[in-house]
Amino acid sequence: MRTAIVDHPLDPAALLAEVASTESGASTLFVGTVRRVNEGKLVSGIDYSAYGPMAESELATIANEAASRFGTTRIAVEHRLGTLALGEASIIIAVSHERRAAAMDAQRFLIEEIKKRVPVWKREHYADGSREWVDPTAGVVAGGAA
Amino acid sequence: MEISVLLFASWSDALGPSVTVRVPAVATVRDVMEAVLARAGGRALPKPLVAVNHRYAKPESPVRAGDEVALIPPVAGG
Repeated sequence: MRTAIVDHPLDPAALLAEVASTESGASTLFVGTVRRVNEGKLVSGIDYSAYGPMAESELATIANEAASRFGTTRIAVEHRLGTLALGEASIIIAVSHERRAAAMDAQRFLIEEIKKRVPVWKREHYADGSREWVDPTAGVVAGGAA
Repeated sequence: MEISVLLFASWSDALGPSVTVRVPAVATVRDVMEAVLARAGGRALPKPLVAVNHRYAKPESPVRAGDEVALIPPVAGG
């Protein structure tokens, strides 16, 4: 099991190879990428930043929870920081397990918990030159929309 | 006592990467949060959580001298 916050481009194949095992019947690979349109606005890139020490420890805690909950330690997660262009990967999650259902459930658990708990922030850059911090809790009532 | 509070994202843009606030000698997360909110004045900033020593802390949790305290605005990783 390995989790890391990094500042270099991610390599999905490397993480998949890292979790591979002849004990496994299934490996899953999740790749989160920078999307062109968010909330109707044209995105040109995203700056990712983090509270480094807490992001590292929270990521490790979540991986430990996934391991005990789903029964595999063949888990590798990397989250990238810095300025990413469209299509670049911001997060890779690789999970390998004897059974496919548990592998997929573990992966879903990992990405959902990471999105809720790991102190990472993104500031989107838009095609019109503006920038904005993304607030998933903002909903329809909060201000800040340009 | 004085507590230095780390800030991130929109909070850091508005107030800088950290602020030092004065709270009672026996203080809670709520006391620290209120002191930092007072610094924000009328600015519209997203409601944060608080972390003490790299763990999310409840409003009633104690804060002691030397703790690493951080305001955690809504996270958006992944």
